[in-house]
Amino acid sequence: MTGQRKTGEVMLSVENIALSFGGVRALSDVSFDVREGEVRAIIGPNGAGKSSMLNVINGVYHPQQGNISFRGEMRHRMDPHRAAAQGIARTFQNIALFKGMTVLDNIMTGRNLKMRSSLFEQAIYIGRNRREELAHRAKVEEIIDFLQIEHIRKTPVGRLPYGLQKRVELARALAAEPTLLLLDEPMAGMNVEEKQDMCRFILDVNDEFGTTIVLIEHDMGVVMDICDRIVVLDYGRKIGDGTPDEIRNNKAVIDAYLGVSH
Amino acid sequence: MAQSETISGGSIDTFPLLLLRHARQQGNRTAIREKDLGIWQSWTWGQVANEVRALACGLATQGFRRGMNLAIIGDNRPRLYWSFTAAQCLGGVPVPMYQDAVAQEMLFLLDNAEIEYAIVEDQEQVDKLLEILPQYPNLKHIFYDDPRGLRNYRQPQLMSYDRLREIGREFDRKDLGFFERAVGDVKPADTCVMLYTSGTTGKPKGVCHTHAGFIAAARGDVEFDGFNPSDEVLSYLPMAWVGDHLFSYAQALVAGFTVNCPESSETAMNDLREIGPTYYFAPPRVFENLLTTVMIRMDDASRIKRGLFHYFMGVAQRSGMQIMDRKPVPLLDRLLYFMGGLLIYGPLRNILGMSRIRVAYTGGAAIGPDLYRFYRSIGINLKQLYGQTETSVYVCKQPDGRAKLDSVGRPLPGVEIRIAGNGEVQVRTPGMLKEYYKRPDATAESISADGYFLTGDAGFFDADGDLKIIDRASDVGMLADDSIFAPQFIENKLKFFPYIKEAVCFGDRRDMVCAFINIDLQAVGNWAEKRNMPYTGYLDLTSRPEVYDLMLKCIAQVNADLAGEATLAGSQVKRFLILHKELDADDDELTRTRKVRRGFVAQKYAPLVDALYSGQSHCRIATEVKFEDGRRGTIEADIVIRDAKTNLYPARAA
Repeated sequence: MTGQRKTGEVMLSVENIALSFGGVRALSDVSFDVREGEVRAIIGPNGAGKSSMLNVINGVYHPQQGNISFRGEMRHRMDPHRAAAQGIARTFQNIALFKGMTVLDNIMTGRNLKMRSSLFEQAIYIGRNRREELAHRAKVEEIIDFLQIEHIRKTPVGRLPYGLQKRVELARALAAEPTLLLLDEPMAGMNVEEKQDMCRFILDVNDEFGTTIVLIEHDMGVVMDICDRIVVLDYGRKIGDGTPDEIRNNKAVIDAYLGVSH
Repeated sequence: MAQSETISGGSIDTFPLLLLRHARQQGNRTAIREKDLGIWQSWTWGQVANEVRALACGLATQGFRRGMNLAIIGDNRPRLYWSFTAAQCLGGVPVPMYQDAVAQEMLFLLDNAEIEYAIVEDQEQVDKLLEILPQYPNLKHIFYDDPRGLRNYRQPQLMSYDRLREIGREFDRKDLGFFERAVGDVKPADTCVMLYTSGTTGKPKGVCHTHAGFIAAARGDVEFDGFNPSDEVLSYLPMAWVGDHLFSYAQALVAGFTVNCPESSETAMNDLREIGPTYYFAPPRVFENLLTTVMIRMDDASRIKRGLFHYFMGVAQRSGMQIMDRKPVPLLDRLLYFMGGLLIYGPLRNILGMSRIRVAYTGGAAIGPDLYRFYRSIGINLKQLYGQTETSVYVCKQPDGRAKLDSVGRPLPGVEIRIAGNGEVQVRTPGMLKEYYKRPDATAESISADGYFLTGDAGFFDADGDLKIIDRASDVGMLADDSIFAPQFIENKLKFFPYIKEAVCFGDRRDMVCAFINIDLQAVGNWAEKRNMPYTGYLDLTSRPEVYDLMLKCIAQVNADLAGEATLAGSQVKRFLILHKELDADDDELTRTRKVRRGFVAQKYAPLVDALYSGQSHCRIATEVKFEDGRRGTIEADIVIRDAKTNLYPARAA
């Protein structure tokens, strides 16, 4: 029901990225770009280098070769702290939440970079910090409302089912108010209904906040449905790049990944 | 009760005037709250009146006129409640619809009610209405409360609630007297709301109520239980259900108490605890879910806590109900109950969100004895009431101190009840429906010439003058000696035992009542394991003499209950057998809503029925069954038939 998404200028571009771990080449000579406001998917078989690519984008891995330019700033290497400060947030393939903390506290950690008050002020919770904390809480409540997780606000994350934990992780990433959101297999291990919910949330985030999204996903139905453009990786090389229709008809992609259509 | 006289507004008998009166008399008191973004937001009566005024004016600018119907679809939200009053201010009729209905069901209602205007909660409902728009092009205006996700919708029918209110405010400034004139034109005999019956039998019918009637019913309730502006309720049941309309709308406007809207349906139980309502109304299944949650958490508690819990629940079972009904209780028990209150019942009520409950009602279905006893014994004044959509649920209520498990209480002030020859309960009440919408035939069928509503329920008055509802009148039969036979009443009593999953009673035009029993595999299985009784499966379990003994005990208790009632003493279960297979909807023995198809079962198991009535002690039968994958097979079994213990009326075995 959403209207045609408008995608704008190139926001992120990676050029000739090569990454190897010892003798293993994880990525070789990969280039693609992400435009403002689009939903971009990275697909490929296991071990194709998808997660490595995300890790390069937000600076967890440092490529041996190539450049990343984010919003006009060209870098040879990112580092995670700077990526976060510039507005890149991500979720992980294996959920990385604080299991013993409540949903609310977990999401609040997503606001950490936006806190201005000192550790001491935070410890005694007065004045500036109090105001700040209330403002952050208000923002977090908006996100809780947005992702419809009011009922688990005070539940420790460890007690939640998997599908909800995934949603909490998305909430934490959103709490940083990112301009670019990296989602590593947001729908892995979910049932059909949970997947549908997650798809709707991803599209809503894109629509409502204008957040640009790069996601890795294995479910072809989902990818073809919600993404504007798709990059296909195979053994660390890019073998396809284009709209869902183009990818569906790309010979190299079909051979490597999609299989023959019946 | 001088205060409630002035607040409930003596002779005022339209809803808009009631609202305006509260705005004048208690303009700064909280009328409604909603939890939004984790914080309770509140609106005073004065603010509500302003909102309703703006909204009514807004609707008027869009062409909504007297006599039109306004569909209201969504969860319990303040703005949707205000939409009711706004429509009423213009002489229109609010028509709430179940928010979880699928598009096709909604199509029937929209078409039936000739809806042109709808106020809905969010994108989900908007999508549904847009989906049926091609089939129902008469829908001209859709107003939505929550704009999320609707930014790129360009349909000309759509407008946000905020915009509608803005337009209304502007119009109100230009045409100052309009609102007052409109409200002045609303007559007590006008239809105030149209509520659709659930339609389990045939198509849903729109039940039209008048302002005067519904307010009279609400006022009767308010005076009966002494509700006042300091009461708090949590509204979380569907707005399209008559119960919610009465309790969170009509009674709130009459008594002027505060309505609280939960954050979402999932958080309702949490919000209940935060609000601590003083008055609560829920169908039995809600009470059951609450109890189950408590029991599960109790099982996980430490040994000491569990021990304390079970000990004091025992005390409460013994004396809690008597203490609540102010009956004499031994001093020791009274002391123990007091201690239990400090250690267990108080904290438990707090966990349930019922610390401040003054009155809790349940109705709509039979409530299990354990459930009923549990709540009353820990000090929650849970009572039963009886009524239908057609009677504004204003027929019978249990007075304080006179609550009984299997009765629905006595007729409320102004209500007349008579029992027809076939046992049908017929009612004349101030809250009587005006008519079924566009269904003069149905109206004529269900209201007698002398103004009684035919409920279709069979019932009788017991020795204390309390009404007991036993069954649907159409299911009630006669035994050979002309005494009443109410199969569902007996079956329900049997099914309240956790060991019995399903029961089918026979007896119409026969000389005694006999029963088929379906055991509950899980409950009986656990029971057998605790006794170290080995069994191989369902079939084996059903043929065990120990299991028969267990059933015998359950039936004896039901029979003892029945024997205490002159009307029903004859329908004690004389003989029974345990069926070798579970009754199943796949084999057409149950409906999809799990109701027994009595006729079909009697036919399918005719040899067993014959064996019951011919005095045999066992019977061989082969039954065809359908497996889930569609294959067919047969189960063969030799079924034992036993006699049950019966009692003579009025000998009441304790």
